[in-house]
Amino acid sequence: MPPAFRLLAAAAALALAPLPAFAGKTLDAIKSRGQLACGVSTGVIGFSAADSQGQWKGLDVDVCKAIAAAVLGDPNKVRWVPLSSQQRFTALQSGEVDILSRNTTWSLTRDAGQGLHFAGVTYYDGQGFLVAKKTKVSSAKQLRNAEVCVQSGTTTEKNLADFARAQGIKIKPVVFDKFEASLKAFFSGRCQAYTTDASALAFIRAKEAPNPDDYQVLPELISKEPLGPAVRRGDDEWFAIVKWTVNALIEAEELGITQARVDSLKSSADPSVQRFLGVGEDLGKNLGLDRNWAARAVKAVGNYGEIFNRNLGAESPLKLPRGLNAQWNKGGILYALPLR
Amino acid sequence: MSFGSLRRTLFGDPLNTLLSLGVLALLAWSLPALLRWAVLEAQFAADVGACEALDHRGACWGVVAEKARFILLGRYPAEQAWCPVLAALLIIGGWLGAASGRLPGAAVASCLLLPPLLAFPLLGGGFAGLETVPTELWGGLPLTLLLTGAGLAGALPLGIAIAYGRRSSLHLLRALLTAGVELARGIPLVAALFMASFLLPLFFPEGGGLDMLWRVLIAIVLFAAAYLSEIVRGGLQAFPAGQRDAAAALGFSPWQTERWIVLPQVLRQVAPSLANSAIALFKDTSLVTVVSLYELTGSLGLALAGDAQWRPFYLEAWLFIAAIYWIGCSLIARLAQLATRGAAPRPQADPPGN
Repeated sequence: MPPAFRLLAAAAALALAPLPAFAGKTLDAIKSRGQLACGVSTGVIGFSAADSQGQWKGLDVDVCKAIAAAVLGDPNKVRWVPLSSQQRFTALQSGEVDILSRNTTWSLTRDAGQGLHFAGVTYYDGQGFLVAKKTKVSSAKQLRNAEVCVQSGTTTEKNLADFARAQGIKIKPVVFDKFEASLKAFFSGRCQAYTTDASALAFIRAKEAPNPDDYQVLPELISKEPLGPAVRRGDDEWFAIVKWTVNALIEAEELGITQARVDSLKSSADPSVQRFLGVGEDLGKNLGLDRNWAARAVKAVGNYGEIFNRNLGAESPLKLPRGLNAQWNKGGILYALPLR
Repeated sequence: MSFGSLRRTLFGDPLNTLLSLGVLALLAWSLPALLRWAVLEAQFAADVGACEALDHRGACWGVVAEKARFILLGRYPAEQAWCPVLAALLIIGGWLGAASGRLPGAAVASCLLLPPLLAFPLLGGGFAGLETVPTELWGGLPLTLLLTGAGLAGALPLGIAIAYGRRSSLHLLRALLTAGVELARGIPLVAALFMASFLLPLFFPEGGGLDMLWRVLIAIVLFAAAYLSEIVRGGLQAFPAGQRDAAAALGFSPWQTERWIVLPQVLRQVAPSLANSAIALFKDTSLVTVVSLYELTGSLGLALAGDAQWRPFYLEAWLFIAAIYWIGCSLIARLAQLATRGAAPRPQADPPGN
């Protein structure tokens, strides 16, 4: 075959071969659909839940709203897809949702094994125990032979087994499918202890115990539960958008950019604030977005501190302390990667 | 029942007297407390402060008042709430019509088939100025009724066809149908739903393929058809052969024989078992929550699980939907009773000249 023909054949083969998925197809799909498909929980207080009017509220919800604001310019252009804990990963893998923002723990098997990319940590949680004071248990290590009520389908159950093995004690898990059932069982004395993420325990004790003073949350946390949004693998551009929007929310708190002050701060002399708000440098073009993406995100839902206070902190029924989720320079471990 | 016979039934002999007294004591012990909790000290208004002040000494029915639309209609858009309400009424109306016993066979069939078919466009919208509502937003009681109604409407004809197929003289057909029925009966419905929702989408291109509701509905139809076909097959086997011979002697074609003589009687005869399956299906629809379709129990979960204020009163909300399920099941049972009324052999007129 003459070289010219060979070249032609190669070109033809190239043209006919299936094209590799080009980066940014998720973003294109979202834009043409005009909606971000966000996978949320079927109801976790403070993280994602629908109120009586069907409006979604919570920390995980605000993350999606921020991304919708950054990408589409409108925090309400979100299609909420409530997912059971068993179904969440399939929904993401099959393309039913663009992002899974559903208090999901970032772990190796989930990240590498399920074909996901976690875009950051939005809440550092840990698993703890709630016990009745009359059991005289003051440490999780004393739960020898105890029956512990636990909800199935999450990492909670496995952590409990790991903890028991590590401590060399025997713990009998009493597993329930429904949250209400597990709680009812605990408060009616079926189990000596109840275990779930610490973010939920304080509220359960305060609001759902027959008498809060009869119960206490044990000091130990038996696991690390860094919760964050995830996207499916294979679209780096979309991954970057989610990752940097999460970082932007955290960075906004550090820079003192609040929902109310976004617009007035545009005249700020601080170069980091200027960069963030797209006044000087255009960071958005690196993400395939415009220069106001971060400003829109904060304008829509506020910075991380505001989101936290509204959904989990002082202004919410949960009244959780910032704890680990304070900024790195305020005693926490929240550390936004620099937006520059 | 007269007072005398009541006395004989309840206090006729020492054992009955003892049992009656025991039951009365149990009622006397439990009723006042129940009454106090459910009615006297209960809070009926959607006032979370008042409910919290009650501290569970009385029922907080306010949770039902507050969440009624969410529990009953799920995430369906509020401004078009009349669509799912109408769809639910149509399906229930169809069942009532089918069971009234006054309609001819063809009308009964359309009572069962048409309302679920009409419910789909009604819920889906997108015409006559109605907003298009994607199936993922359908929920609550209408979805429960739709899954039951459409499930039965699809499963009953399919079940009858399978029942006849399994009596066919074609070996291959018989073997295939038997294998299919055994497979469907051999796996739990949850497994079928999981396969429909988790496995199938992985075969389709991203975001493409069949809608979740349809996948689930197909799984339900196939699953229910396997059970219904066995019920119908049992009825067919018990059918007296003499009637078929008589029909043949009168010049009925095989098709006419089945259509006008065998099926009407067989279906009446097996109606109680069919109702059994219908009730089971009605309750089984609650399983679709595992694949993120939010029917009655699912929408209750969505409404309450994440609501810090109202969640402590989930018991009242669950009692509310338990009552709905109870009414639904009793209704289906009652309908089957009405439908079987004609099953008893009618008194025959004496043949002339006898």
